[in-house]
Amino acid sequence: MSAVASSAATARDYRWLDRAWTGLLWGLMTLFLVNIGMMIAAVATNSFAKRWLGTWLPEGWTTNWYVSAWKEFQLDAILWVTVEVVFAVVFLALLIGVPAAYTLARRNFPGKRLLMLLFLLPLMVPPITYGIPLATVLYKAQLAGTIYGVILANLIPAAPFVILVMTPFIEQIDPNLESAARVFGANTGRMFWHILVPLLGPGILAASLLVLVRTIALFELTFLTAGPDSQTLVVALYYAVFAAGVRAPQSVDAMAMVYMMVTLAWLLIALRFVNPTQLVSRVKEHPQPA
Amino acid sequence: MNAPRAPFDRTLLLVVPAAAFMLLLFVYPFLYGLALSFNPKEGGALANYQHFFTTDNLWPTIWTTLRLALPATLINVGLALPIAFKMRVKSPYQRWATTILVIPITLGTVLIAQGMLTYFGPKGWLSQFLQFFHLYEGAIRLTHNYWGVLISLVISGFPFAFLLILSYITGIDPVLARAASTLGANPRAQFRTIYLPLLAPGLAMCFCLAFVQAFSVFPSAVLLGSPAGPTRVISIAAYEAAFEQYDYSLASAIAMIMGLVQLVIVAAVLGVRNLMYRGPVSGGKG
Repeated sequence: MSAVASSAATARDYRWLDRAWTGLLWGLMTLFLVNIGMMIAAVATNSFAKRWLGTWLPEGWTTNWYVSAWKEFQLDAILWVTVEVVFAVVFLALLIGVPAAYTLARRNFPGKRLLMLLFLLPLMVPPITYGIPLATVLYKAQLAGTIYGVILANLIPAAPFVILVMTPFIEQIDPNLESAARVFGANTGRMFWHILVPLLGPGILAASLLVLVRTIALFELTFLTAGPDSQTLVVALYYAVFAAGVRAPQSVDAMAMVYMMVTLAWLLIALRFVNPTQLVSRVKEHPQPA
Repeated sequence: MNAPRAPFDRTLLLVVPAAAFMLLLFVYPFLYGLALSFNPKEGGALANYQHFFTTDNLWPTIWTTLRLALPATLINVGLALPIAFKMRVKSPYQRWATTILVIPITLGTVLIAQGMLTYFGPKGWLSQFLQFFHLYEGAIRLTHNYWGVLISLVISGFPFAFLLILSYITGIDPVLARAASTLGANPRAQFRTIYLPLLAPGLAMCFCLAFVQAFSVFPSAVLLGSPAGPTRVISIAAYEAAFEQYDYSLASAIAMIMGLVQLVIVAAVLGVRNLMYRGPVSGGKG
């Protein structure tokens, strides 16, 4: 009897503890999100503010900072460079990444583990570590400071990322479909276009959107290799904040808002196609117990 | 039909462009940098490394960086693990909650820095709020010091760690946990005996990736910290050597030291994982 009673008591204790623990987690998460939300709201408010000194809200509202930021920082040129760099990186990363992922998913060959290591290392080493020797090499090849240098540098983490995302995706496609195509006489190229590309569509879309979002936000490599007319948005924003004393903070905030809108738009598009919980492993769906 | 022979598998050629690219643009510059670091402007082969470890504003940068990166990574992974565990069950909230938690990824370090300067600043909303409710009267100092950089590392690193851990957790077959609960295991026991051992490889990977991000902190250390003092991290030292003193040889040496420290941490994490983890490598993946 007493054993039953005491186990019921500990169960009650545990339930209390569980509830406290859940409350703590939700509290922490809310605190985190509220503060980030307020942080973004502060930047947004400031970017529309006429004058804002130590009050809850600014004295007046204006959109002039966006106009002046657009002119001052030559945002049209910077945005164009960003678009060129990002789309070139996505295209090239897919072009070399998807075939490599296919081979890694389907074939076993000597040196495969070494090759996997080669593709994993760029993601495990801080970008500054290889960025500085890379910038030195690119300067010697006279590619640093040009848009080509920036594209090449950004490809180094992008291509392995495509490979890592695509390899498990290809592994779960039934190899029998390929064998069937072979039986009917398709060569590798035709099989690739008619069987694999349609089946891989969702995976390719997911990988390219993720590379796109990452490349827009990747700071260090662009910073080390860009010249004055090959800066992407994030590097231009860094220089604007770095030299903040020179310019009105509102105009820097306006630029920061433009940056956030660009990445946010792409991330929301990405999240329509990618379930964020399935980035690494694809889940077997089980019916939940009622 | 062709005569049977062992043909060369041309599929293997598909991996060649990617491998060649990585060799040319990752391995070659790395080796070039390594060689360059042993060819200093003056002195013997090891002069750069001697210089690094004997100069007062260089070698302490290792500790400065570790003092920022290790707590930031521990906070990020430590918070992301229980929250992701709570969200493992598929529900209408799961997708919304993950989407909201992922949004800070889009902010990027520079925007976070700018936002924190505005929001946590002496006249920002946070200090106004605290003073309005008389919670804290003094000036809050959360920017231009150690804490500013640490907070920005948590803001930028947490969503990433959360996303990665969540996708590892949802990859574990829920049947295993359900079997355990049939045997009377409460969620805590399920976590300890089912999830944690199976998660060990994923956690180790997540820790390494989160640590890389925190370890290479550069923009927030400059914009939110005090880059001359307590947040003079190793990447600032490397950048100054390369682009302010134009001493690429010294800069490469610093970059190599940075990579080495990173590798030591990764090796330590993998060692801990091997202590924790017993079972097949891909166990539980559906």
